[in-house]
Amino acid sequence: MGQILPFTKQVFKNLFSKPATTQYPFQPKEYPERTRGHIEIDKDQCILCGMCMRSCPPGAINVDRAGKTWTINRFDCIQCGYCAEKCPKKCLSIIPGYQEPGPEKFAYSVEVPYEPPKPAAKPAAPADAAKPAPAPTEQA
Amino acid sequence: MGKRSIVPYGPQHPVLPEPIHLDLVLEDEKVLAAIPSIGFIHRGLESLTSKKDFNEMVYVAERICGICSFMHGMGYCMALEEIMNVEVPRRADYLRTIWAEMSRLHSHLLWLGLLADGFGFESLFMHSWRLREKILDMFEASTGGRVIFSVNTIGGVLKDMPQDMLNDFVSQLNDMEKEIRETTSIFLNDYTVKSRLVDVGIISGEDAIRRGAVGPMMRASGINVDMRKNGYAAYNDLDFEVITSNKCDSYARCEVRIGEIFQSIEIIRQCVAKIPDTEINTKVTGMPNGESFIRVEQPRGEAFYHVRANGTKFLDRFRVRTPTFANIPALTQTLQGCQYGDVPLLVLTIDPCISCTER
Repeated sequence: MGQILPFTKQVFKNLFSKPATTQYPFQPKEYPERTRGHIEIDKDQCILCGMCMRSCPPGAINVDRAGKTWTINRFDCIQCGYCAEKCPKKCLSIIPGYQEPGPEKFAYSVEVPYEPPKPAAKPAAPADAAKPAPAPTEQA
Repeated sequence: MGKRSIVPYGPQHPVLPEPIHLDLVLEDEKVLAAIPSIGFIHRGLESLTSKKDFNEMVYVAERICGICSFMHGMGYCMALEEIMNVEVPRRADYLRTIWAEMSRLHSHLLWLGLLADGFGFESLFMHSWRLREKILDMFEASTGGRVIFSVNTIGGVLKDMPQDMLNDFVSQLNDMEKEIRETTSIFLNDYTVKSRLVDVGIISGEDAIRRGAVGPMMRASGINVDMRKNGYAAYNDLDFEVITSNKCDSYARCEVRIGEIFQSIEIIRQCVAKIPDTEINTKVTGMPNGESFIRVEQPRGEAFYHVRANGTKFLDRFRVRTPTFANIPALTQTLQGCQYGDVPLLVLTIDPCISCTER
């Protein structure tokens, strides 16, 4: 007899229950910790090696060693996380929070305060040469 | 005898989220033949193999389709792992199985919603999608993406699921199972639903084989074919029976898919109980050189991957035969002799994914 109007039960349930949807703009959406929203860079760690630029499947990242800038076109980024995986310094991370929509594509650029080690400092070990690099941060 | 006329159906049609075109040869209201034409959204993903290296192609492969995205990525990675002789850690196999079954769950719930929408039962459509939303939330919590997961890599997976997350998913699925049973019982028992599905679009087992149908389309015609029984990923450790039906009509296809929803929940439970504690990926070095053929069971049926590599970082070939492509000949068979009003419903019963088909 369960065959007669099997949807009725669901109808009554719907009438006396809260909506399944959330009141979005008033009740903001909370993202889980792992959500791949957008790429963020820790510019102090970046060594402008360009691995992210070469590995990016849609070619959204541009690393300019001469101009010391790291640029991402967030409209081209597919949030795959391959750049973060390839980054030798692990200065790229993918964090929650989606890119806001916009009427036109624009690039987000960061000035990287990295100073490449001088080739003259030969006797010093590479680890030693890398140390003075963050120093100019304050000036930049 | 009525006058014959040809009615174009699609590429834009309310029941079709994606474009496929059918020329329907009608005699009064009866469809005599359906001539499909595809190619409206061909993206040429195979030609990208000459521009993207084999690691980047994982992200291209999973963008073949938004619904089976995980399994496309997995199929591609499995093909490369076979070429490069990489042994995937067992935990990665289990995690892949769990995500693959979650994909099947959300795909079948999506299909049930679309079917309900197809025959005009809007509230049933909303309920199916409400249930599907919870699976998408689980995907977001575990992989970081709701549609595209980007967790597959050659040699394993990129993200692990801690045991408490797995247990939480199982308890959520246990709660959902009751709700799904309530909603799916309407599909199976409601008079109005039955009147649209029973004895509509019959394709016999013999015809299904002759037309090369795959997946639930084949199993609804009584043919026991399921690639999961080949034992890829962790399926060889799991205990499950292939769900078939002998009714051969649209109702049978609905019945098989509903059966598979509960089967997927059961498989996830088994995986969580048996999952070993090992690494989740192995480091892969070198360039692939060789050829492999992989078959995986997607929600819509068997998908086939052919990858040929030449020892450089760019692949020679990356060919995918998707289940919808294989089901189109079976669709034209079911459309022969049906009523014009049933065409949208019959197109839906193969669970068409045109983006898959055209790649």
